[in-house]
Amino acid sequence: MLILFTTALLIEKSILVLALFLVTLGVAAYATLAERKVAAAMQDRVGPDRTGPFGILQPIADGVKFFMKEDFMPNSAERWLYILAPGAFMFVACMTSAVIPWGTQLTLFGRPIDLQVADLNIGILYILGFTSLGVYGVMVGGWASNNKYSLYSAIRASAQMISYELAMGLALIAVVMFTGTLSLREMAEQQAGLNWNIWYQPLGFLIFFVCALAECNRAPFDMAECETELIGGYHTEYSSMKLGFFLFAEYINMFIACAVIAVVYFGGYNFPGLDPSWLGGLMGLVVMLAKTFFFIFVFMWIRWTLPRFRYDQLMQLGWKTLVPLALANMILTGGFVLLFGK
Amino acid sequence: MQSLTNRSKVVVHKEMTFWERLYLPAVFKGMWITLKHFFRTLLKGPSTVRYPEEKRPFAPIWRGWHVLKRDEEGRERCTACGLCAVACPAEAITMVAAERQKGEEHLYREEKYAAVYEINMLRCIFCGLCEEACPKEAIFLTDRIVPADYVRQNFIFGKDLLVEGIEPEKRIDVSKRQKHLTEKQAVPS
Repeated sequence: MLILFTTALLIEKSILVLALFLVTLGVAAYATLAERKVAAAMQDRVGPDRTGPFGILQPIADGVKFFMKEDFMPNSAERWLYILAPGAFMFVACMTSAVIPWGTQLTLFGRPIDLQVADLNIGILYILGFTSLGVYGVMVGGWASNNKYSLYSAIRASAQMISYELAMGLALIAVVMFTGTLSLREMAEQQAGLNWNIWYQPLGFLIFFVCALAECNRAPFDMAECETELIGGYHTEYSSMKLGFFLFAEYINMFIACAVIAVVYFGGYNFPGLDPSWLGGLMGLVVMLAKTFFFIFVFMWIRWTLPRFRYDQLMQLGWKTLVPLALANMILTGGFVLLFGK
Repeated sequence: MQSLTNRSKVVVHKEMTFWERLYLPAVFKGMWITLKHFFRTLLKGPSTVRYPEEKRPFAPIWRGWHVLKRDEEGRERCTACGLCAVACPAEAITMVAAERQKGEEHLYREEKYAAVYEINMLRCIFCGLCEEACPKEAIFLTDRIVPADYVRQNFIFGKDLLVEGIEPEKRIDVSKRQKHLTEKQAVPS
């Protein structure tokens, strides 16, 4: 009985992991196309349309192109670190999606199945931990390239990540105090219907959102890439699929960040009228993905609206505005929780 | 100091107000603008032209790739007088004149013709002085774009690229250009 149970669990989780992996890669691939299309529409142009109708084969063409390109490595690069960095970045980016609850419990073949790979009771800490590991890919890549622009980029990226992770963590602490749990599934379950955390934590959401933009190295906080001054920054010296990994992992990061925003502040898979039946569960999954895609759109929207911050402005905003605001938000939330309960 | 135009703006290094320091109103304003563009493009289509498939009409004054015209019987009009080469401010035109032999009357209209006629398209500034100088209405600038190339040598266009074909369908219509030129000459200068 126990063996049967374990095998079933193993199969279920393997299928989930595989599906999640494929979905993550697929979404990231098509996010690159979506980004170009959104950019084009905002600038009154067409965007890529030569590969298939509406350019839907563009990500595949890009992938093929990346593999066909010469894999160049500078002579003075730190050989092993140089090779390791893109892989590490990609690996970390793919790991974070494990704790995100994508839907309610489904009942398939008489078994309750969570649409979540691992329901860690410290889900949020796991995500914070892995996103901060993500900077190692950038840092190691920038250092190993042995190029001054890459090094600048690595320094900027690490400073930026440290600064914004602080505010991000503080914003999340307020949510954790409010919900009383670190598990993302419990957090999602508490936000049934329209009882979303955003109504109680608007300031926290704003801080978290800005920090998420910074953590993903997205404009207006793309200090690490900075085409105009750092000519690509940490991936200046990379080519072929190694460069592809860096660019791709950024889109995965964006997808995960948007999923986390949806779960923590916007009720995850919850929508008014969610019923726990089979169909309702699938609808939950669709709603969750819709929310995530909406935030991906907002990320792109912001990128094609705002110019890049200057480095000192970035630090000013991080340390002098977001951290104090997040602290105030935390104290206020703590006070309210103490006075009125949840 | 009095400003010369009404476009000058006085720069004020004032402290930003609270609303300005919030950044958010300005951010939302910007996002509203890009969103308007986004939906306008989605609903009305982009304001760009898909060039090789879709071409915009040329203006009548457009001056592009030259053509050496033939007359109604298919004989070359050019007599290699060299006026175009003299008129050319960029010195892009060179030619070698030759005498028409017996039996070539169907090829060349007059006794003298250009055996070699070359225009260096890299030197040419497409000013149109050659067509104004031409007494035989032989050279015209058309609305065809000179294509790009990788090699400088290929920009020296010889008679193979300049003279229009004999067949009616290979003739190049310059009536619009002719009309424009006559109108231009009618204006007393």
